[in-house]
Amino acid sequence: MLNIRSLKTYYESICALKSVSLHIKKGEIVTLIGGNGSGKSTLLNSIAGLAPRTTGTVLFENREILGLSPSIIVRLGISLVPEGRQLFYPMTVMDNLVLGTYSYYSFGNRKEISSRLEWAFELFPVLGDRKRQLAGTLSGGEQQMLSIARALMSKPKLLILDEPSVGLAPKIVENIFRTLIELKERTDLTMFLVEQNAKLALDVCQRGYVIETGQIILSGEKEELMNNREVLRAYLGKE
Amino acid sequence: MSFASQLLQYTLSGITIGSIYALVAIGFNIIYNSTGIINLAQGDFVMLGGMIAVFFHNTLHFPLVASGPIAALIVALIGILFERFAIHPLKNASVITLVIITIAASILFKGGAMFLWGKDAYSLPSFSGDEPIRFLGATILPQTIWIICVLLFIVAALVCFFRYTMVGRAMKACSYNKRAANIVGINVNNMVMLSFGLSALIGGIAGVIITPISLIEYEKGSLLGLKGFGAAVFGGLGNMGGAVAAGILIGLLESYSAGLLSSGYKDAVALIILLLVLFFRPGGIFARKEVQKLKHY
Ligand SMILES: Nc1ncnc2c1ncn2[C@@H]1O[C@H](COP(=O)(O)OP(=O)(O)OP(=O)(O)O)[C@@H](O)[C@H]1O
Ligand SMILES: [Mg+2]
Repeated sequence: MLNIRSLKTYYESICALKSVSLHIKKGEIVTLIGGNGSGKSTLLNSIAGLAPRTTGTVLFENREILGLSPSIIVRLGISLVPEGRQLFYPMTVMDNLVLGTYSYYSFGNRKEISSRLEWAFELFPVLGDRKRQLAGTLSGGEQQMLSIARALMSKPKLLILDEPSVGLAPKIVENIFRTLIELKERTDLTMFLVEQNAKLALDVCQRGYVIETGQIILSGEKEELMNNREVLRAYLGKE
Repeated sequence: MSFASQLLQYTLSGITIGSIYALVAIGFNIIYNSTGIINLAQGDFVMLGGMIAVFFHNTLHFPLVASGPIAALIVALIGILFERFAIHPLKNASVITLVIITIAASILFKGGAMFLWGKDAYSLPSFSGDEPIRFLGATILPQTIWIICVLLFIVAALVCFFRYTMVGRAMKACSYNKRAANIVGINVNNMVMLSFGLSALIGGIAGVIITPISLIEYEKGSLLGLKGFGAAVFGGLGNMGGAVAAGILIGLLESYSAGLLSSGYKDAVALIILLLVLFFRPGGIFARKEVQKLKHY
């Protein structure tokens, strides 16, 4: 579904991704783990069309998407849950969700949109209770849920999530991840999950990659990574 | 005329001119919200609206009902072209550079208007005659009623646009968070272009409705722009409701000071207010702390 070959991304003259190659198959949950500043967000932003300067190839459903504008990439079916949530804080929960449908919104498909809204509220009942509340007044966990729900409103085929667990209480993280797994089971949505919390990420994924200073240093099936000495030591805190 | 009816007269003329300032201020806000730019050519959009309407009506002898809308639409187009050719190509320029470009555009618009129409002042006939309407001892020109109604209509239309249409929501979203707007698939470039078109359209309309009661000439936009800017800052940059209230307030103060003190002070009022606000309440009189904070989260 997604096939990345020798992707390089630069900020000014700094090379933040040094030839990254990876692939994601349809229906998989693939995770990417790595420490602070290793280039995780840079990779996701490059896929979403938000990075300033990139070279290499990124094929989505056999189509080159590198260099396309973010609005086209969203239309093709890739949706990003960005780092730091990036909501429209002075707008209501409802407005944020409706803006999520921007890529295909028209007067004609209002029915579809309202049923998709219903579906999102079913997935995240808290958001349904707070439809009219401003996004900026939600708690951190609710904001993260809204960010995920907004991304889902665009009918993605591939959902990419940038550290959805960061800064949240364990119980809320558990809630969000349960929802993601439920979502996967119900819709067979493909997900690319970036996490610093390696235990959590390896728990839900089928395959994973490890990134360090802009390079993929390891890749493998879930069990392989979980038992890898390097991963155990650096990311799972075990000797 | 009794003092009371005189006061009423000043109030009416203050509201009239204040409505125009409000429209100019709204134009400032729309562009400011989507780009952070203060478009110093906003007043010239008003001038162009008036001039082009005069050209269609007086020179080409189009009926007034056609000349006005045509003029406003042409000004909207000018706004869009201005954005495409002068603002858009400078993607990575700082806001201050872009503001300076709007000054250049302002000079260009003035120069162009002077080249085409000379330095003469022109007028249009009033939309529904010049027969004053008596009202509690004061008189209202029918054009005044037109101006106030157009302001109300534009404000109502904008409120609906930003609240109930997807494009309006998307424009608002861009002003709150450009990155997030990109992420949901909004083409931010188009929204910026649209904001210039919309601001120019509103400026053009203001020019068309003011020309029957106040002559229009190539330089008219400077002062209107300045006062409209005063209103925009007074009401809090980016705040639509604030712009309307502040525009009318400045119009009223101006009218009272002209009537009760001396007409020589009239033009100073807006400037003094602008300076005072910038000194003491740079967020505008209606700035609410929480909203301001939310906006920059
Ligand atoms: N906008 C930018 N301009 C310049 N350098 C940047 C920019 N964004 C990121 N970088 C640099 O690129 C490298 C990778 O950053 P990135 O944000 O992708 O890391 P990350 O793995 O997402 O880290 P974190 O876990 O903290 O989110 C870092 O060295 C960072 O300093
Ligand atoms: Mg990151």
